Amino acid sequence: MMSKLESKEDKMLEVQFVGDDDVLNHILDREGGAKIKKERAQLLVNTKKIIKKPEYDLEEDDQEVLKDQNYVEVLGRHVQESLKNGSATDGGNKVYSFQNRKHPEKMAKLASELAKTPRKSVSSNLKSDPEITIDIPQCSKGHSASDKVQLKNNDKSEFLSTAPRGLRKRLIVPRFHSDSESEYSASNSEDDEGVAQECEENTNEVILSEQIQAQNRVVSAPVCKETPSKKMRRDKTSDLVEEYFEAHSSSKVLTSDRTLQKLKRAKLDQQTLHNLLSKVSPSFSAELKQLNQQYEQLFHKWMLQLHLGFNIVLYGLGSKRDLLERFRTTMLQDCIHVVINGFFPGISVKSILNSITEEVLNHMGTFRSVLDQLDWIINKFKEESSLELFLLIHNLDSQMLRGDKSQQIIGQLSSLRNIYLIASIDHLNAPLMWDHAKQSLYNWLWYETTTYSHYTEETSYENSLLVKQSGSLPLSSLTHVLRSLTPNARGIFRLLIKYQLDNQDNPYYIGLSFQDFYQQCREAFLVNSDLTLRAQLTEFRDHKLIRTKKGTDGVEYLLIPVDNGTLTDFLEKEEEEF
Amino acid sequence: MATSSVSKGCFVFKPDFKKRKISVPIEDYFNKGKNESEDSKLRFETYQLIWQQMKSETERLQEELNKNLFDSLIEFLQKSHSGFQKNSRDWGCQIKLREIPTAALVLGVNVTDHDLTFRSLTEVLQNNVTPYVVSLQAKDCPDMKHFLQKLASQLMDCNVDVQSKEKESVQVTQKKIHYSMDSLSTWYMSVTQKTDVKMPRKKRTPPSQWQSPPVVLILKDMESFTTKVLQDFIIISSQHLHEFPLILIFGIATSPVVVHRMLPHAVSSLLCIELFQSLSCKEHLTTVLDKLLLTTQFPFKLSEKVLQVLTNIFLYHDFSIQNFIKGLQLSLLEHFYSQPLSVLCCNLPEAKRRINFLSDNQCENIRRLPSFRRYVEKQASEKQVALLTNERFLKEETQSLLENLHVYHTNYFLVLRCLHQFTSSLPKYPLGRQIRELYCTCLEKNIRDSEEYASALQLLRMLAKDELMAMLQKCFKVFKSSSEKQLGNTAKRIEEFLAQFQSLDAEAKEEEEDTSESQSKGLQKTDLYHLQKSLLEMKELRRASKRQTKFEVLREQLVSFIDSLAREYLLLPETQPLHEVLYFSAAHTLRQHLNAAPRIALHTALNNPYYYLKNEALRSEEGCIPNVAPDICIAYKLHLECSRLINLVDWSELSNIPLYICATSSLSIHPMMDT
Repeated sequence: MMSKLESKEDKMLEVQFVGDDDVLNHILDREGGAKIKKERAQLLVNTKKIIKKPEYDLEEDDQEVLKDQNYVEVLGRHVQESLKNGSATDGGNKVYSFQNRKHPEKMAKLASELAKTPRKSVSSNLKSDPEITIDIPQCSKGHSASDKVQLKNNDKSEFLSTAPRGLRKRLIVPRFHSDSESEYSASNSEDDEGVAQECEENTNEVILSEQIQAQNRVVSAPVCKETPSKKMRRDKTSDLVEEYFEAHSSSKVLTSDRTLQKLKRAKLDQQTLHNLLSKVSPSFSAELKQLNQQYEQLFHKWMLQLHLGFNIVLYGLGSKRDLLERFRTTMLQDCIHVVINGFFPGISVKSILNSITEEVLNHMGTFRSVLDQLDWIINKFKEESSLELFLLIHNLDSQMLRGDKSQQIIGQLSSLRNIYLIASIDHLNAPLMWDHAKQSLYNWLWYETTTYSHYTEETSYENSLLVKQSGSLPLSSLTHVLRSLTPNARGIFRLLIKYQLDNQDNPYYIGLSFQDFYQQCREAFLVNSDLTLRAQLTEFRDHKLIRTKKGTDGVEYLLIPVDNGTLTDFLEKEEEEF
Repeated sequence: MATSSVSKGCFVFKPDFKKRKISVPIEDYFNKGKNESEDSKLRFETYQLIWQQMKSETERLQEELNKNLFDSLIEFLQKSHSGFQKNSRDWGCQIKLREIPTAALVLGVNVTDHDLTFRSLTEVLQNNVTPYVVSLQAKDCPDMKHFLQKLASQLMDCNVDVQSKEKESVQVTQKKIHYSMDSLSTWYMSVTQKTDVKMPRKKRTPPSQWQSPPVVLILKDMESFTTKVLQDFIIISSQHLHEFPLILIFGIATSPVVVHRMLPHAVSSLLCIELFQSLSCKEHLTTVLDKLLLTTQFPFKLSEKVLQVLTNIFLYHDFSIQNFIKGLQLSLLEHFYSQPLSVLCCNLPEAKRRINFLSDNQCENIRRLPSFRRYVEKQASEKQVALLTNERFLKEETQSLLENLHVYHTNYFLVLRCLHQFTSSLPKYPLGRQIRELYCTCLEKNIRDSEEYASALQLLRMLAKDELMAMLQKCFKVFKSSSEKQLGNTAKRIEEFLAQFQSLDAEAKEEEEDTSESQSKGLQKTDLYHLQKSLLEMKELRRASKRQTKFEVLREQLVSFIDSLAREYLLLPETQPLHEVLYFSAAHTLRQHLNAAPRIALHTALNNPYYYLKNEALRSEEGCIPNVAPDICIAYKLHLECSRLINLVDWSELSNIPLYICATSSLSIHPMMDT
């Protein structure tokens, strides 16, 4: 039997008896729908999948109850579920939606397996922010349907005993007299108390169940105390829409608030990091070597094809810089060639053309525009057919070169008969840079060179979060500069530092206004007129210790362009010294 | 490393001048890469020869195909400009003078091939009509100012060609001037007058009947111009038309309607548009295939898969003949590069000569060919032994086999064309409309096994006489045009068939006369009832005679004749011994190099490292990553796990394997020791 919800709005409850078959049909129907929906949800991607426990949904209709039932059981079935998911995936989908996540639980499990000391592992993600997890009920709605699939596929007897007791109490009909599994009903007229009670029961059950991971309890308790959100009661048809917005809403992302700064590990400087890295021996070096040898055998072919009017582009995972470098040293020693580091942050087409005109063609004149320069180069190369030039471009798809104009110019260069271009690309969407016209200019031959080597050189211009950001430099320069100053000036600067540190939590802090600063300095007997202060400030400014900015009201604001950590360090040091 | 620096991104390497002199000839790259470099020099030379021939052939084809179009365009230009020349007082001409003569050139989808077309068009026009040909692209002309500037500067350039380069310095300064239509027309006046004066002395002048040559403006991609610019330009220039004889050529990608859609009536009425249709790129492809592959002129052939890859790239990616040719070039190169026996891929007498000089290694290569092995197995045992042991015997046999292969191709293409004549106009085109489709099916499997072939024959059996006769005529022409003697028999048969059908014609005429007599009798003054009755009678009569007319018997004979032709000659190339010498079949490499999928490569590398690193430890089931996998794979998996906001601390605490952390970009990986 099953109580059906007739009208959701006015909280009227009507109990009616339904045969077992009907119940089964009902479930099967839903299941069919659910499967489709689930697939859609996967396409829509991801936030809601971050929340792995859909069972906090406190909806009060029958479906809700069903979910309550399998709440416990779901927890024990993570792995199985994910396996099931895995089998349902298809290839193309996987390749083209890179964001797609198929095995949420399994990866977590695998990761914790990998960790030899299974610390908080993934759970820390969930545990850390109770105020975020409260949002879960809304997010998890999409999962209600899929839960039923699990219910269906499950060994039902297993969780009969673990069904919420509060629910059972509320039901007039004793549950155990029937051996059918899904005859629970929910009453719509629950009061908050009842829900709370139910939730408590729920959590009790959770504790009883051995399969539950510890963190789930922590999350579930505060959630259940929440009043059931009425929002949940919506038509099934709107589910898809909801899912969409759930998937794309940014607010409900579970984030961990742990930061690198809280790590008690000191940051490394670039040198130490390099040293540490060099000690790591890459795994599979034999296989990698084999791969590289394979590619090296192509060198002659590349030369041949370059000479026959094709240009070569290399793609695939891993840095291709070493490979190209080897190509350069083995094949190009006797030819004029230009190596262009696309990853170099200051690279531009202009600089490429300049190096061709000035260094290759020994032309000392200047050009009015890049296009003029290009024309000149093209003419020059057309005139002198004996001239040959190899262009090696690492990362043709880099930020600086990927622009339409740059690509057009490089393409035009490469279309010349006696300029040979061999380039590498790394970005996933790099081929989108080229339309038909450019592609025919480039006349590419594609070669896949997956090397798995690290992008060490390519990323050397980027900053790693784990490396101390030039922090040592300002600190030492700060101390050096300040040591050369008079005690008064030092005091002035310290005042500014303190003020800035006091305001470090204020996101709208724009600096200390000159007037206030002058006032403070006077009070501390550091200056006697604003002229002296200005003179001091000029000195600071010359050493790049402060920056001044005009506020919206026209007042001058003073700011130290050094991060707060360094400033704190500096203050500490100062205090030690004096 | 020499190529990393924090201050610059370009590194120029210039070897010593002496060293540079000894540059390696290209053919060295051809053989060095391979260990067994059999006849590599010869192979490379053959490659270059064949490629040069193919290239010139395609260029010739291109020219030929464009010729019609260009001729009619030139004619139009001359005609429309003559009005300006005459300066007649005729009222009609006056009206016409108000209209800018415009050629709308429908080219089809914008592809890179069009650049080539326009370039040759410009050349042709400059040689035949006027030195002042300017072509503009939409992206150069976002507004009127740029439009005029571009137009003017290009016109001046044309002028520099005619004059001498001494004006160059002047021209540079001119560039900054704002151009208007007025200045253009005064410029034009001055230039034409000047040339008039100079005319006798100048060599490179437009044809003498052109007192004032028109200015031809080509808008390559008419659709992408902003309507406003176009409208303004047309209105303004129509005002100046009497002093600045402009002729427009629109390159249109979609349909001619677009002219009216872009321009309101007031503007389009200022144009005197004539439509020109260029050859569609598909037909172009067919011609190219026809002349390059379906011929014995070039020994090199493509296997079915390769042809499919190339045509698919053409049809589904770019519609670009140039790209197709590039693919052809690559497959030619690959063939000569990878197949040592490709040295025999040349014309027959030369190949026979080369066979005599084959090395022992090459003989071994021949013996190793699968097709040759199959051939040997079919021979008598003594011959088998001889083939496998005696080099001389092998060479002789190879010569005869190659000759057979040559004959096979000659017949194959003739019959293919013949069959195509019969099937290309059948309803619903069961075997395709283009000959390349038919060729593909023939290469793919034995054509007589295919359903399409059966249905095509079925349809042939239902054709009327005149259709059949037309087909036969065409067929006969095909056979006539070929100089080969092999199928002389067949040509004769076809001729006979034709004669028989014609004689049928005569007989039928006699019969018809009979019937018409009877009809004329029957149709004399009747009422409706009688008419119906007589018509019914006639129908009965016809059904009775339906059993099998002479025509039907003949038709049946013809169909079975065609069928026998197909059975005899349209054999799969794979069944021919030594086909590997001529056929390039590595479709996979071709696809990899022409139509690569970087995305899939990245995906595979990240998800299934075993694919690249053949280490058993990496072998894993679908969707799992073994914990020894390269760190980047694990990081990628983790990133999939939680793709939005990644907390590096959690990651690093999550495992104590050395974890490489994506720091700034998704591909910049910095490792951190966390043990």
